[in-house]
Amino acid sequence: MRTKVFVPYLFLTPALVLFAIFMGYPIVYSLLLSFQTSVSGELVFTGVDNYAKLFSDKIFGKALLNTFIILIVQVPLMLFTSLLLATLLNSLKRFKALFRVAFFMPAVTSLIAASIIFSIILMNDGILNQLLGAVGIDPIPWLSHPVWAKVSLIIAMTWRWTGYNMVIYLAGLQNVSESLYEAASIDGATRVRQFFNITIPQLKPIILFTAILSTIGTLQLFEEPYTLTKGGPSDATITIGMYLYQTGFRYFNFGYASTLAYVIVILIGILSYIQFKVTGDE
Amino acid sequence: MVAKRVRVSITTLILLIGSFISLFPFYWAIIGGTNESGKIFAKPPVLLPGNQLFENIRNLNESIGIGRVMFNSLFVTIVYTILALVVSTMAGYVFAKFNFKGKTVIFGIFLLSMMIPYHAIVIPVFKMMAAWGWLGTYKALILPNIAYPFAIFLMRQNMMAVPNAMMEAGRIDGVSEWGLFTKIILPSSKPALAATAIYLFMYQWNNFLWPLISATSEDMYTMPVALSSLFGLSRIDYGQVMAGVTLATFPIILFFLMLQKYFIQGMLGSSVKE
Repeated sequence: MRTKVFVPYLFLTPALVLFAIFMGYPIVYSLLLSFQTSVSGELVFTGVDNYAKLFSDKIFGKALLNTFIILIVQVPLMLFTSLLLATLLNSLKRFKALFRVAFFMPAVTSLIAASIIFSIILMNDGILNQLLGAVGIDPIPWLSHPVWAKVSLIIAMTWRWTGYNMVIYLAGLQNVSESLYEAASIDGATRVRQFFNITIPQLKPIILFTAILSTIGTLQLFEEPYTLTKGGPSDATITIGMYLYQTGFRYFNFGYASTLAYVIVILIGILSYIQFKVTGDE
Repeated sequence: MVAKRVRVSITTLILLIGSFISLFPFYWAIIGGTNESGKIFAKPPVLLPGNQLFENIRNLNESIGIGRVMFNSLFVTIVYTILALVVSTMAGYVFAKFNFKGKTVIFGIFLLSMMIPYHAIVIPVFKMMAAWGWLGTYKALILPNIAYPFAIFLMRQNMMAVPNAMMEAGRIDGVSEWGLFTKIILPSSKPALAATAIYLFMYQWNNFLWPLISATSEDMYTMPVALSSLFGLSRIDYGQVMAGVTLATFPIILFFLMLQKYFIQGMLGSSVKE
């Protein structure tokens, strides 16, 4: 029995039409917008002016730097923790499902709700500083000091996404042959060596997958600084995503905001390419 | 044997500490939501739930009209999830089970668009909605993200597992293509449907940037937008805010716990199979 040629297209029509209207067209249109500037209320083409402006825009420089600092510290830290937790959880015989749900829970909540709870926990007289005080550590200005504010963002992001990545790694671990570990044990390799010499190389493609996902997420970082630090103190935690929102929807400069959006697109492209090259040599 | 037992204990201890860190903020939101504002910063800290929940919810209702906001969130999320599930199931099915001209190109475009940040789409969509007069309507909140590439991808990955023989048998028996889809494919992809449904539900329930931009009046606010508006005020009533956070988190946690088995399976299906 042969199916009629048009059948797949019929099934695909709703997705294709909606995709074309609400994603395809906007993606192209915003590329065009990125070459336009508002001149007395009218958007006119001004070539690469917006892109040239990036180089002299101090806030953009800060946003780019902040985003990169957070990216470089947070993504490796989180992925390593996820991998470690997955390995530990995988070695457990009982309560596996329970722990998995507990660790996954943060990924289920809204970023806004989570950021609000975090900002309350991290306030000067919040519970975290009180706990630290109990062990003799002076209160830390989590949200009002340029360095600590970045640390706070990193903590909030790590809290939210570690369990998510852990679950992905757990799945990957199930495909790693038990015999590799047995052979290594016979050769006298310690657990730590097995982790670095078997687990990490075996999971390489999945680590790459999570690294790319996390990079994409971090480059778009918006809700956490919007709620936790409002980009402050004095732009110490402004991210490209947040600067884009301010430019577009507070100052209604759609042209320049689209340029910033395409900067994110370009960065995601470059970084994904590098990650592919570094991690996947085949 | 002793060494092994010690190792298991240490492992369990680390996992317990990790779980505690994962779950504590939820617990803290409940504590805050059920106590007076001041108690959240009391010294020594109050660690047990109080009896101020209804008082806090009443205040919350006065500030943001919690009933209306809850309704908006639930209505938008449920309608969105149903529509997006239908669209992505049909598309995922086609990509998993058919060969046709342009398949690789179309699927490739869908996959690539997953790398395009939402930020690059939001301004044109906003302009479009403004031109159509849709801003501040449910249409604007629900329609734009219905063809959600990740959901299509998730359905496709999971539907590849449905045996082709079942479809062939149906075709030989003269079942129509639509009948094949509804009577054979759908019933055998229940876990995939559940996984995608939670994913879509979660995505829309938690969505912030688009509702923030498109809900132009307070009576169109969804939970996250209303919460953030509350948190932005100069004098914040923390009891109220925490009660709001608890209410915003409750439905999604419930939905997740009910379907988590399928969800984790579905997610695994999508990430492991290449």
